[in-house]
Amino acid sequence: MAHKLKIASTSLAGCFGCHMSLLDCDEKIIELLQQVELSRSPLCDIKQVADCDIGIIEGAVANSENVEVIRQFRAQCKTLVVLGACALNGGIPALRNQYSLAECLQESYIDGMGLENQLIPQDEDLPEILDQVYPVQQLVKVDYALPGCPPRADMIWQCLSALVAGQQPELSSELIRYD
Amino acid sequence: MASFSIDQQPIEFEPGQTILQAAMAAGVYIPHLCFHPQFSAHGSCRVCMVRIDGRTASACTAPAAAGLEVENLSDDLQALRRDILQMLFVEGNHLCPSCEQSGACHLQSVAEFCELLMADLPFQYPRRMVDASHPDWVLDFTRCIHCELCVKASREVDGKSVFSLTGRGFDTRLVINAPDGLLVNSEFASTDRAASVCPVGVFLPKHQGFKTPIGQRKYDRHSIEQITEE
Repeated sequence: MAHKLKIASTSLAGCFGCHMSLLDCDEKIIELLQQVELSRSPLCDIKQVADCDIGIIEGAVANSENVEVIRQFRAQCKTLVVLGACALNGGIPALRNQYSLAECLQESYIDGMGLENQLIPQDEDLPEILDQVYPVQQLVKVDYALPGCPPRADMIWQCLSALVAGQQPELSSELIRYD
Repeated sequence: MASFSIDQQPIEFEPGQTILQAAMAAGVYIPHLCFHPQFSAHGSCRVCMVRIDGRTASACTAPAAAGLEVENLSDDLQALRRDILQMLFVEGNHLCPSCEQSGACHLQSVAEFCELLMADLPFQYPRRMVDASHPDWVLDFTRCIHCELCVKASREVDGKSVFSLTGRGFDTRLVINAPDGLLVNSEFASTDRAASVCPVGVFLPKHQGFKTPIGQRKYDRHSIEQITEE
């Protein structure tokens, strides 16, 4: 049996919409899964990323755990594919970049409406929240970027099926949309 | 009628037309952003850069002339356009899924046409005051690309002088002509041409957020090269 490619995926500060769009490839996903093996991914239950052929990242970088995860992905994945508006420009999470982190925490945990026992969470087990939200490509090198909110399933398919076949992905220009 | 060529296709032109005007009249799309057919060319965004007999120039300001050989959609010019668009994207808050103009935004649509997949310059995430003083309009200055279309529309069509650019280079800002700088205290009216000409999402009407459903917005229905500016 031919060697199966290993794919890992993760969702950082995002809504899992890009993963839903990946699943939107419908029955083609079965074709894909016959040719690949999943490593760490929300689609299975593996917690640590192993050496992989393709890493897929959705979501923006908003806390210290996100930074650790994308560095692991970059170190362990030969090819890094980044999905969606949040990962590529901060997207909805980056709306908080209009305010300082202190202002965000103050509003969310102290001053916001209907709050009781106001306290800003702080614990060594919690990841630290970054000063602002960053796009993935500002922290690690990205090989392929698929924009969209979410990227169209057909575009994800075009990219992944080409990579699995060992080819350079060519994206149809009409599938390139930013929302 | 005299003609020149764009990507080897012959284009007829009237004396006095620019390359962009002649191309638009012939139905040939040259990506552009700060140009609007109703107003004089600004020549500032450089998205309409073409190569004319080997030299790059903005198509919105370069006069058409017989026999010119103009290169428009070649790979290297599209790559230059992506570089320019990338700079515009990182200088403002162009977070499309959060913007009501998405789907009807000229900047977004041009960048999609030019196949900009990712901006890899550092994002600035500018913080600027939103002007929500007017009962019917809100202005988000963090999206302004300083094309001056609202400035010209206010002066040339509306017969007012509500908007102006101030500052230079990176510090250029759109300002409002009112004693306190607020839209509500300016001469602005909802029917002004200045309100409808913005190619990005600075001018947003209140009380109708995300009114047009996805799939029916301006650039959902037609791609940008099929649309003439409204």
